[in-house]
Amino acid sequence: MNRRTIRKLTNILALGLSGLATAIGLFFLGAILWTLIRNGLAGVSLKLFTAMTPPPGGGGGLLNAIYGSVVMTLIGILIGGPVGMLAGTYLAEYARTSRLSTVIRFVNDVLLSAPSIIIGLFVYELLVIRMGHFSAIAGAVALAIIAMPVTVRTTEDMLTLVPQGMKDASTAMGAYPWRTITSVIYPAARSGILTGLLLAVARISGETAPLLFTALNNQFWSSNLAAPMANLPVVIFQFALSPYPNWQQLAWSGALMITLSILVLSISARLVLFSLNSGGRH
Amino acid sequence: MNTVAAIDPRHAAGQRLRERVFRSATLVAAIAVLALLGGVAISLLAGAWPALARFRVGFLTREIWNPVTEQFGALAAVYGTVVTSVLALLLAIPVSLGIAIFLTEMAPLWLKRPVGVAIELLAAVPSIIYGIWGLFVLAPVLQRHVQPWLIAWLGPLPVIGRLFQGPPYGIGVLTASFVLAIMVIPFISAVMRDVFETVPDVLKESGYGLGATTWEVIWQVVVPYARTGMIGGIMLGLGRALGETMAVTFVIGNAHRIGSSLLAPGTTISASIANEFTEAVGDLYSSSLIALGALLFLITFSVIAAARFMLLRLERRALSSV
Repeated sequence: MNRRTIRKLTNILALGLSGLATAIGLFFLGAILWTLIRNGLAGVSLKLFTAMTPPPGGGGGLLNAIYGSVVMTLIGILIGGPVGMLAGTYLAEYARTSRLSTVIRFVNDVLLSAPSIIIGLFVYELLVIRMGHFSAIAGAVALAIIAMPVTVRTTEDMLTLVPQGMKDASTAMGAYPWRTITSVIYPAARSGILTGLLLAVARISGETAPLLFTALNNQFWSSNLAAPMANLPVVIFQFALSPYPNWQQLAWSGALMITLSILVLSISARLVLFSLNSGGRH
Repeated sequence: MNTVAAIDPRHAAGQRLRERVFRSATLVAAIAVLALLGGVAISLLAGAWPALARFRVGFLTREIWNPVTEQFGALAAVYGTVVTSVLALLLAIPVSLGIAIFLTEMAPLWLKRPVGVAIELLAAVPSIIYGIWGLFVLAPVLQRHVQPWLIAWLGPLPVIGRLFQGPPYGIGVLTASFVLAIMVIPFISAVMRDVFETVPDVLKESGYGLGATTWEVIWQVVVPYARTGMIGGIMLGLGRALGETMAVTFVIGNAHRIGSSLLAPGTTISASIANEFTEAVGDLYSSSLIALGALLFLITFSVIAAARFMLLRLERRALSSV
């Protein structure tokens, strides 16, 4: 074999392996989804959405857990979203290049990838010990802390995309920066910011570790924010590891539901982003 | 009569006030980001203090973890955390590199986006899902088909054979690393893809112009150019793997000991906290778990900070070359 053949073969082999690596990645996504559908679909019925989590052996659904997850995710995004948007606004509009901004950006990036269980411990120290018991509000605060850095990042990125000319036009008409930001920049970046919020919701709605010792869990219906509240991730955690078949079935169905909703959220957020990007090029 | 807004003194004063309020609100929110990191560090340190004051350096160097006699050491958990993460990276790096190469250099345009999004979705799947999938699907497969093979073929070898001895439990360090690898692949491959795309076309075209094959251009032009960014992406993946909790909790077996075999159960820092924190009786026990948390925070903080620093330098270089 001459040198040229060897080089050609190496090329084919390496590129083939790269294709294989991609196939491996796609295979695992498919395998996980297939497992969830196969095991979870059997337990999907109206009862899943109308009945409470059952004791071992009985029939039941996930209503209290679904309610708890929705409530805590909503409160989490309602706290973390606006704070994150304001901080992102500061970074993008008021102090794009200052030393403080560089530090904040760096710290935000660190928070973005910090282990979520650490946030759980922090909120436990901050709220649970002081209140004396686990509570839904502690869970929501933990989720807010995880949602915040995501929103800071996406808001800053989206505001930076707004054309400088629009900002200058507003300033030239005598508008103060706050007026320019709220009346010109926010509307221009609206769908981008909303996408960021969607991504933040997708991120926190599946979080389990920070809820383990903040919201804990609740076998029963509870709408009291100061008391422990059921939530899908922790219910899945407890039920999946239990020896009871009816609990395990509910865990699979819950897992299927939560994954599908997160995938739908992530895909629609990306669709909005793609249409934004292709729209901006004209 | 119309009054021009800007010269009405009351109106102008109102505008200035609103400006001050809005600006302060954004500044306070931005400072909150800093305060949050400080608050996390301080509260972890305060919570860990009783355990650190009691065990001192011994907390870092002892393997013992006995809630009954209240003797706690972090060594087994730290060992498990480091070993699973490093092993996960060894498995994930080649696959991520392959995916990044496929997406930037090989895939036709119509395939790029759907495949890229599918890989990114792997990162959106919650970690608890990886946990139950790992426990009920992956672990039995590894136990039946992969581990007996590893024991039979690699077990008798000198030196590395010790890593593959003992019964095939299914769950354990190796399984946890495997799940972690799948979880960090989307993060590493996304960063690698992004840095590969910053390589100027002129460089690649010069390579092709000299008659290089696609692989030679990738290996001798693209990879050297993107090296810093690739390392940054790998460290970002390492930061993820070190702190990952739920998936590992399901499949590692939760044994506070350092086994020489990768097939044996072990534990990690985050898995110990997730498993034991709500059931920890006594101040010293919970304080020791928080001390573990503080240790994890310190380790991941350094890794993530290093990764971000590398990627930041890269961004500056990209900006200055424009």
